[in-house]
Amino acid sequence: MEIKKTAIAGTLESSDVQIMLSTGSNGFEFDLESDVAKQFGDQIKETITKVLEMYNVKNAKIKVVDKGALDLVIKARAIAAVQRALDIVDAPKWEVLK
Amino acid sequence: MKNSINREIPDEILKGKNYQAYTTDDFGTPVIQKVAPKLRATTGSEKVVDSLEDVVLKTVKNGMTISFHHHFREGDYVFDKVMRIIIDHGFKDLTLAPSSLTNVMNDIVVEAIEKGVVTNITSSGMRGSLGDAVSHGALKNPVIFRSHGNRARAIETGEIKIDVAFLGVPNSDAMGNANGMDGETAFGSLGYALMDAQYAETVVLVTDNIRSYPNTPASIKQTQVDYVVKVDAVGNPDKIGSGATRFTKDPKELKIAKTVNDVITHSEYFKDGFSFQTGSGGAALAVTRFLRQSMINNQIKASFALGGITKPTIDLLEEGLVDRVMDVQDFDKGAAESMHQNKNQQEIDASWYADPANKGAMVDALDVVILSALEIDTKFNVNVMTGSDGVIRGAIGGHQDAATAKLTIISAPLVRGRIATVVPDVTTVVTPGDSIDVLVTEVGIAINPKRKDLIASLSKIPGVPVYTIEELQKMAQEKVGTPKPLEFNDRVVALIEYRDGSLIDVIKKVKD
Repeated sequence: MEIKKTAIAGTLESSDVQIMLSTGSNGFEFDLESDVAKQFGDQIKETITKVLEMYNVKNAKIKVVDKGALDLVIKARAIAAVQRALDIVDAPKWEVLK
Repeated sequence: MKNSINREIPDEILKGKNYQAYTTDDFGTPVIQKVAPKLRATTGSEKVVDSLEDVVLKTVKNGMTISFHHHFREGDYVFDKVMRIIIDHGFKDLTLAPSSLTNVMNDIVVEAIEKGVVTNITSSGMRGSLGDAVSHGALKNPVIFRSHGNRARAIETGEIKIDVAFLGVPNSDAMGNANGMDGETAFGSLGYALMDAQYAETVVLVTDNIRSYPNTPASIKQTQVDYVVKVDAVGNPDKIGSGATRFTKDPKELKIAKTVNDVITHSEYFKDGFSFQTGSGGAALAVTRFLRQSMINNQIKASFALGGITKPTIDLLEEGLVDRVMDVQDFDKGAAESMHQNKNQQEIDASWYADPANKGAMVDALDVVILSALEIDTKFNVNVMTGSDGVIRGAIGGHQDAATAKLTIISAPLVRGRIATVVPDVTTVVTPGDSIDVLVTEVGIAINPKRKDLIASLSKIPGVPVYTIEELQKMAQEKVGTPKPLEFNDRVVALIEYRDGSLIDVIKKVKD
């Protein structure tokens, strides 16, 4: 699936993560900001990558501003961001959400 | 070699710096030789000097050890004024030996390091840009971190030999009689600075408030002082201590505080005449509030409260719930201002407070202490020095010293954001697990298995589940995931002394 528009989900509050997706042409291009990047940077990227793959997204620019979010929060924000970016908010992919 | 708690201490540090590796938290009863400072006799007629620059040029020489206190905390002007002169005159190879370093001192210390003015540091701790610079290898020689009690010990034994102490005071007379409790920039107890006043070869008081002679009560005495320098301002009163203390509303902190109180009141130590130290920070202040109610309900009074003092502790004194406050520093204005009204708020120096090389320190009589932790591991070892990224951002303070109390409670949340507090191994050991008795988190408590007596008395507190510390560590890990291990270079950037002067751990340069 192609990203249709730049979309954002999440806030900059403690323990949240803000994820912005926009169109790309070169796989997944991450721009990660996080105080825990040293310990959890790879895991944060992996969690978001998995969500994007479930939606069959192949290319995206992904800006992540992490404020120490737990994995389930990152997953939830990634799902929200990708549904908005694909413009399928009214028809979510239920099989991903279950 | 590895020390007794399995921390690798490089041999070149042990041999090169003539260190013993840490073995036990029991100081024993060794015979100690104290040192005494050299002095130049004077009748004192020429002590008052207008120019700080003149005094610095007259007293400081390359290679010397200079000291400061941190009682003005984030409102300190004296450190910056003195260091500016020292840097501008191109002094070299100085050792900086303050009681601690606050954020307001960071920039000028980093500058002094970069220019070769300061080449050695010993301190209780450091944070911010300075901690970051040291963790990245800015200083060739490792920083030595010492607890407040250990600094007193090291000064008394001559391991720290202070050539010139620059001590800011909110008042002094022309001869150097001074205290910390009067004047616009009053901060209360002069506890840490009293060591410098007693043992430095040259003592320079810096004040903005010269009073008529003799100025009493005199915490620092004229017999100790070489110079009294008048400056425009020694500190910013608004930044010395926090104003009115606000109690936390954070439900997690309140839960922890309430559980800490449950642990205290169910222990055998909670009886008439008990003693305690709570420290500052949201949960600690809330503990004081819960403890107050429990003391009233059970008609129990404490013989003394110890350590860094806050207004809520002074309230207990004034209510008659605490007999004496033994005060080495004051964290807020309320505590600082009450020193005058309350004769039972006794100023104590760092040696009396916490020095193990002593004929008895206050911490030796301490029943209950509540301490914090950045990390605590499954061996109950505690880190209060390095952050989750391995960078120096803390201070030992009195942690190691007070942890020798009969009941040492660590209050800490299971996780902070995505960082686990309870971990398999702490990044840096500051206080050994043998000193720690109970960990209190928001989900429950863990009791050090070595304290079988506590397991019996604390296992059936209603609403307080008991876990093993391994179980708490797993719970934390399930929440946040398994972090990638931090990477360090081999170079040692800081040494953590235990309070007896042995090496309990080292901090290495971070890899970025």
